[in-house]
Amino acid sequence: MALAGAVLALGDPLFSKGVDGGVLLIVVGKAVATLALLLASVVLMIWFERKIISDMQNRVGPNRAGPWGILQTLADAFKLFTKEDLLPERADRRIFRLAPYLSVVPAFLAFSIVPVGGFVTIAHHRTQLQLADPPVGILFLLAVSSIAVYGIMLAGWSSGSKYPLLGSVRASAQMVSYEAALGLSVAAVVLITGSLSTRDIVIDQHGHLAGFLPNWNVLRLGFIPFVIFLIAGTAELNRPPFDLVEAEQELVGGYFTEYSSMRFGLFYLAEFMNTITMSAVNVTLFFGGPDGPWFHSVRWLGGIVWFLAKTVVFLFSYVWLRATLPRFRYDQLMDLGWKRLIPLSLGWLLVLAAMIVSRPWGFSVVAGGLLFVALLARAVMVGRSATDELAPGPVGEAG
Amino acid sequence: MLRLIVDIDGEVIRKVRPVIGYLHTGIEKTAESLRYQQAVTVTDRWDYLSPLFNNHSYALAVEKLMGVEVPPRAQALRVILSELCRISSHMIWLGTSGLEMGAISMLWYCLRERDKILDLNEEISGFRMHTSYIRPGGVFADATPRFLDLLDRFINSFPASIDEYESLLSENPIFKLRTQGIGYLSREDALQLGQTGPMLRGSGVNWDLRKSLPYSGYEKYEFEAAVETAGDCYARYKVRIKELREATKILRQALDTLPDGPINVDDRKLLPPPREELDTSMEALIHHFKLFTEGYSPPVGDAYAAVESGHGENGTYVVSDGTHKPRRVKFRSASFVNLQSTERMALGGMIADLIAIIGTIDAVMGDVDR
Repeated sequence: MALAGAVLALGDPLFSKGVDGGVLLIVVGKAVATLALLLASVVLMIWFERKIISDMQNRVGPNRAGPWGILQTLADAFKLFTKEDLLPERADRRIFRLAPYLSVVPAFLAFSIVPVGGFVTIAHHRTQLQLADPPVGILFLLAVSSIAVYGIMLAGWSSGSKYPLLGSVRASAQMVSYEAALGLSVAAVVLITGSLSTRDIVIDQHGHLAGFLPNWNVLRLGFIPFVIFLIAGTAELNRPPFDLVEAEQELVGGYFTEYSSMRFGLFYLAEFMNTITMSAVNVTLFFGGPDGPWFHSVRWLGGIVWFLAKTVVFLFSYVWLRATLPRFRYDQLMDLGWKRLIPLSLGWLLVLAAMIVSRPWGFSVVAGGLLFVALLARAVMVGRSATDELAPGPVGEAG
Repeated sequence: MLRLIVDIDGEVIRKVRPVIGYLHTGIEKTAESLRYQQAVTVTDRWDYLSPLFNNHSYALAVEKLMGVEVPPRAQALRVILSELCRISSHMIWLGTSGLEMGAISMLWYCLRERDKILDLNEEISGFRMHTSYIRPGGVFADATPRFLDLLDRFINSFPASIDEYESLLSENPIFKLRTQGIGYLSREDALQLGQTGPMLRGSGVNWDLRKSLPYSGYEKYEFEAAVETAGDCYARYKVRIKELREATKILRQALDTLPDGPINVDDRKLLPPPREELDTSMEALIHHFKLFTEGYSPPVGDAYAAVESGHGENGTYVVSDGTHKPRRVKFRSASFVNLQSTERMALGGMIADLIAIIGTIDAVMGDVDR
């Protein structure tokens, strides 16, 4: 809780001396660079995912376009560009055309608040390696990721077809429910940092915990907010095992069934971009961002390398999950979200808040929580044995 | 190729009507227009994932008509190839039902093992899938030393593969959520709907043709029929996994006790004489000529023979009118009958459950439509 007040809430030092032409140029340059690097990393990520998953499945994977098939994504994108852009007759034309952009633009925007490195000096202007550092960074992230739901929802809604509709209903329900758990786990980070700015969150994680451990939020907050964020984040991304929005065995392609050509490509792009952003945000919130474990001062290249390395670990784990796990059922997904993750993150937030006030408060909240859980479990047990006696028989018998 | 017309209430299933016929190939009719020994090749293509079982039940039915019994070595080879085929059929089931539930890697892991079985098929018969290996009167060819060697290696390595599949699925909480209590089929329903194979044994009925009505010397091998009582998708998963282990046990015993001797019945009316006899024996030449121009003609009558395939009771009914072509060939396909329990299992469940249920029925559409 070392609130380094001087550093906090200052924002990007670029703007400290007012805004002139040079500053404007740097901002534009950073925006273009972010866009370009994000696009390039999506290309690499798609290749990375296909390569890793084919290794896990005893396959070769893409190996024709370029060395190790690294250009496969470009070839696919080029093919998508040249395809006919179909518009279903029963589609709501305007919304159908709009939806992919609603999906892809927030994916771009969300990345802008992620600190990818420390500070650099460009032509006497000291600036952060991060596109934007608004004082409400985390709120901005949550807001933007909620807008992405509209893209998916409207895509399914406007297609005028049953599978996309089911897919979009699932998507909106899923994203809305997991948004709550996601927000609560982020709240824990905000609570301990005392700021919504992502840069402050990163700076607050400098230094060491108990002498040798890095002072990262994943350790400071006791793992649970991180685990919840990881699960809820995966659900937000609609990635396996939460990919029932586009479960091809059930819903053909889900919300983008009717899309073709580059509009389909945009959804695809948004999905992978979101995966990268979510990994980057995870690194920012819980793993010190560009902070290396034994680096005190964040030198600019070292920071980027650490940041990339940590992000790739998360990207790999997303691929790993996809290769390993079966998919949840819709209602089981809801159960997990509402009955497990949200109460757990709420309870943990309560304990953390009490701990911040004082130790005795913290332990009494823990004790109270345990008592509450025990009583609840007992009540559930009693209730269950009562209903068992009344139950008419196994489910399915009635059919 | 299976079409399901589903009435849904939100995502809850209210009515399921399977529509079949999209893979109708007229195989029974084709078999009637072929001679008895030619019809073996079409049986391969009926349930195309378990061709050996089709060959086996057809051969048993024709042998019943002809009143012959094949020598012990042929029986043992039939058992070996049948059990291999059971494993390969279950591999497709495990791979695709994993895939359907989103565990995409299962397909590749399972096809890896299945490929070894196809290699074995190729080694013994020259074909990888549609082997036509089991024929009325015996089997097509004797096992080569390489076949026995490959088989030995396969038997040694396969249990580890089963462990691998189990480590990915058996205790996986998501997999259990998706299968436990899903697609419940009670013992009575299973019996009334004519279910056979793992569908029946998953509901607690101990009925395995290899045990109940042994054929081809199955009574000589020590194995257990896999039975589970829960009646849900997970129980049927357990049944099939156990069948894989039991099949490996049978293969080991059959390989170790493989008797010497002929692989075909010594009956010149049913099978052609060896090539070298043709130069010296008038009789042999006549038999050869008759068999290859006209074929053999079983006496008037009918016969039904069934084997326990990976899907259930795989039966063939053959009616002979005394000519060289069957009057009627009817295949009792397990998939067709098992498919009718779809609605019973799916009612009240969700769309995602239907996917798990289709996987658990393991219906091969070629087997359903024939």
